[in-house]
Amino acid sequence: MNPFTPSPETAVHLSRVDKAFRHGDLVTPILKQVEFTARMGEMTFVVGPSGCGKTTLLSVLCGTLDADAGEVTTLGHALHQMSPAHITRFRSRNVGFIFQQFNLLPTLTAAENIAVPLRIQGVSAGKAIPRAREWLARVGIPEKANERPNRLSGGQQQRVAIARALVHEPALIVCDEPTSALDSATGHQVMDLLRETGRASQRAVIVVTHDPRIYSYADCVAQMEDGRILRVTASVPDAPHSTH
Amino acid sequence: MTDIGLRMLFGDRAKYAMLVSGVCFATILMTQGLALFFGILGFSYATMTNIRAPIWVVDPLVQQAGDNQPLRDTDVNRVRSVEGVAWAAPLYVGNAQARLLTGGATQPLMLVGLDADTLAGAPTKLVEGSIHDLRQPDSVVVDARFLEMMGALRGVQLKLGDAFEMNDRRAVIVGIAKVAQGMAGATYVFTTWDRARHYAPAQRRMLTHVLASPAPGKTEAEVAQAISRQTGLRALTEAEFKRMSARWMLFNSPIPYVVGLIVGIGFIIGLGVSGQTFYTFVLENTRQLGALKAMGASNLKLALMIMTQAGIVGVVGFGLGVGVMSGFFAMLPEGRAPLVLLWQIPVIVLIAITLICMGTALLSVWRVTRIEPAIVFRA
Repeated sequence: MNPFTPSPETAVHLSRVDKAFRHGDLVTPILKQVEFTARMGEMTFVVGPSGCGKTTLLSVLCGTLDADAGEVTTLGHALHQMSPAHITRFRSRNVGFIFQQFNLLPTLTAAENIAVPLRIQGVSAGKAIPRAREWLARVGIPEKANERPNRLSGGQQQRVAIARALVHEPALIVCDEPTSALDSATGHQVMDLLRETGRASQRAVIVVTHDPRIYSYADCVAQMEDGRILRVTASVPDAPHSTH
Repeated sequence: MTDIGLRMLFGDRAKYAMLVSGVCFATILMTQGLALFFGILGFSYATMTNIRAPIWVVDPLVQQAGDNQPLRDTDVNRVRSVEGVAWAAPLYVGNAQARLLTGGATQPLMLVGLDADTLAGAPTKLVEGSIHDLRQPDSVVVDARFLEMMGALRGVQLKLGDAFEMNDRRAVIVGIAKVAQGMAGATYVFTTWDRARHYAPAQRRMLTHVLASPAPGKTEAEVAQAISRQTGLRALTEAEFKRMSARWMLFNSPIPYVVGLIVGIGFIIGLGVSGQTFYTFVLENTRQLGALKAMGASNLKLALMIMTQAGIVGVVGFGLGVGVMSGFFAMLPEGRAPLVLLWQIPVIVLIAITLICMGTALLSVWRVTRIEPAIVFRA
């Protein structure tokens, strides 16, 4: 029985979640009895040293990875009870992704890359591309619509990735190390953009990072260590000086 | 989504060119192998292509067109006496040696002796001269290629009206015909049956075939059966004789193995090069495909995308390959090379290419279904 009762403010709730990776006989526990909550309209950071399970937590809460045990409720959907096909459909409608390596399709233009989530949902190119161009304008680089990713700077690529994450108006945005490939100034620009677009529409934004330069953007910080959430604070943690 | 797949495919031009080249090369090899196969089969019944008759009567021991077992001269009349036979004519097919009147090396040829009254079995494509001039003394109609070979090998260009020696007897060219090439590149020389008896090495029996035709209202097959039944000889329709010769070639020569090897290598190259390249293409795009999966692309959508990519590669590669081979065949001198591009060949090759592309695509789809979308979070 799930003791958790979702409220309209709750975006994600994980309860007693376990996850381990198996390589033959070797079993490596990554998440151990994790309890985690993120709210709508907030930017929640998950921080901690490398290998502590941040990215696995992010994968589990957005449904790209199944939990071994426990309950995962995202945007009111109990992912642990859904079939893979339903989870895939859920992701396509409700989750926006921002990756560390951007993961833009190199053979598509910026506008076409932004349109991908809409195309996955079955929206025709004729309708998706104009919407993608609108989002490109909102992230500040309308003139790059026809450029391929290899003609864009790192910051511009991440702006395209942000537009791609938002174009289908998802309620949840998950970001994996969104600034680690960017210089400090560009990183701040990207985070400003994320906070602005996230808060403006009451989305939940969950950011996995160990980039201390951007901790000040967090509304809520969950600190992880050794597969567990150590503490959740409403402000910047004291000394998150983790390194790769 | 399929247009995104196509953009991924066309975007990597080098890989796309390699994929198409693999399919194109496989198409060329398989087309060439099959064309060679049918071309050589055509050689096996070139006699029937050059000497047209509805019914062929041969010795019962004959197994293929090149097997000239002698018949008795009286067999012609025995065939004529069968009910349903409109006409029957003697035919001699044997080997001879040609030489210029001035001497020199000899040129092997296929000597055909036709019935002087009916000229049944005469070549239908005469380039120069008249078939009726065969009734003149020492006259022969020669294969156009015979003249070319004599010119090329003996240094003298023979023409209409010129004479040469055939088995030490004088022969005068009264016609030049265009005929299909036989096995071992033999050229054809036509004369009357009576005259062929003089040209050919002396034998007790000089009749090798009887050509016949059914009377109006009778089919070739039923008349052939009646001839076989009543004479004890082997009577075959032209189509049956061709099939029998081709079948003999299939089971008694190494040609099927050679051609099978070429076609097999083509298939393996297609499967190997295209399959491996396409699979590598998918592997290299694992991260992108993982990103699409993470963003909500279902396995079915990605499978359709990959099948479309494989289909496009197959169609373009096949089209190029068939185009190249068609151009190549068009440049070949007619009837010389043992290559025949029947309409069935592209169909067979298309089926093989479809199998290659489907196999490749299924392997790649299997790979894609195993991609974990969470892979995109790994640095």
